[in-house]
Amino acid sequence: MRDVAVIGIGMTKWGELWKQSLRDIYVETALLALEDAGIDRLDSMYIGSMSSGLFVGQEHIASLLADYLGQLPVPATRVESACASGGLALRLGFMEVASGMSDIVLVSGVEKMTDVGGDEATYALGTAADQEYEGYQGITFPGLYALIARAHMQKFGTTREQLAKVAVKNHHNGSKNPLAQYPFEITVDAVINSVKVADPLNILDCSPITDGAAAAIICPVDMARKMGKPLIKVTGSGHATDTIQISQRKDMTWLEATYQAAKQAYAMADKKPKDIDLFEVHDCFTIAEICVTEALGIVDKGKGGEAVEAGLTALDGISPVNTSGGLKSTGHPVGATGIAQVVEVTKQLRGEAGERQVKDARIGMTQNMGGSGGSSVVHILERE
Amino acid sequence: MSTPSRYWREIPQRYRLEANKCNRCELIFFPPRLLCPECKNRKLEKTKLTEKGKVITYTIIRVPPAQFSDQAPYAVGVIELEDGVKLTGQIVDCAFDDIKIGMIVKLEFRKLFEVGHAGILCYGYKFVPN
Ligand SMILES: [Zn+2]
Repeated sequence: MRDVAVIGIGMTKWGELWKQSLRDIYVETALLALEDAGIDRLDSMYIGSMSSGLFVGQEHIASLLADYLGQLPVPATRVESACASGGLALRLGFMEVASGMSDIVLVSGVEKMTDVGGDEATYALGTAADQEYEGYQGITFPGLYALIARAHMQKFGTTREQLAKVAVKNHHNGSKNPLAQYPFEITVDAVINSVKVADPLNILDCSPITDGAAAAIICPVDMARKMGKPLIKVTGSGHATDTIQISQRKDMTWLEATYQAAKQAYAMADKKPKDIDLFEVHDCFTIAEICVTEALGIVDKGKGGEAVEAGLTALDGISPVNTSGGLKSTGHPVGATGIAQVVEVTKQLRGEAGERQVKDARIGMTQNMGGSGGSSVVHILERE
Repeated sequence: MSTPSRYWREIPQRYRLEANKCNRCELIFFPPRLLCPECKNRKLEKTKLTEKGKVITYTIIRVPPAQFSDQAPYAVGVIELEDGVKLTGQIVDCAFDDIKIGMIVKLEFRKLFEVGHAGILCYGYKFVPN
């Protein structure tokens, strides 16, 4: 296997981009990554997209986007694993470069979510759950995480305030990120008193509906070295699955797919949780970040709530989590999220994260999750 | 909108609570599976779910999907039945404040939602206090 490096990243400001179509958002973002890498040819592209079919009524977007990016006839592949589509696009691109099949690969993600109304967006996101045995009963996507939250509170004593503190922390970080959809601070009181969505989760516990894309260029390390690029290597990659129906899991408070994916990535990179300088994780809901910090081994099982309260995962904590603002503040255009995590970690490792820079960051982890935890993709990036 | 076959094909499970089990692993599967994920046994026996269980977690849905918009707010829980099967469903016929983790409930056959204006009535199970 060849060593793989990230040589270019691209991301534009996320939000409700009414004036831009899916293809415009994508091409603008992908061009930034190509310019950052200083290249204009690709051997292959991967595009994470959860549901362009339900959000804009367009399938077959891999060819469409290769065309509008001016890259025909390169092979282009759309990747779907619900909200983990972006992370999976990186993993497949990584395997293609590592194997020697291709040299320069664009790994990317895009979702255009505001062309449909709230009802339709709720439906589209709900398809990440078991439609016949969860959706049929009237559960929603926030509802599934609410079921996990209630179970976590009962089993470990996690509090309503601790959940709120995840959102407060991530908005604090996001307030320093000019590309974030909601770059402002919020308070614990604001979260606790915001509109109820699915008890115990309120609207400020939830990541928003977002239009956006993110892109990265990867190539063999030897080639990156010759190009004189700062060497950001992908040293670990892991991917695992779990039941998509949460009731079928042995323990609803435990994200087994995330644990398994992280185990693979830690082993490949020969690293432990304590070696990682910063984490970008899938905080689609506040409870998700708490469960993910446990599954990644940042804290012990059941201690995720206490950890955020103690500031362990803050920007200046021992293990900073979601320095970008996470999904909560940056936004969550589902298919793009996993690649935006790579963009943030790459910026941090290059020392280009501005006001939210983690001092001397050398090793970072990304964790991207599908549905209520039915898939998870983890990567470790290191600066040489 | 889906054709009726999408709904009637699930009738054995949703109306008659049909499940199946692996006699080697003593596991019950709902919905029924074609093979046991533990031992790969394909000779699974038909069985019926027990109808009593307890709430292991729950939520109140305030922002519902479109088909459930006339019902919100409503409670949905994960229930563990006496035979060990866990399933997701609405908890009805009780005040939200009375729902507690550990509460004993039983399965009842109810209408869940309608598809379209003059469309299909979709039935299934809900949970009520025992
Ligand atoms: Zn078996």
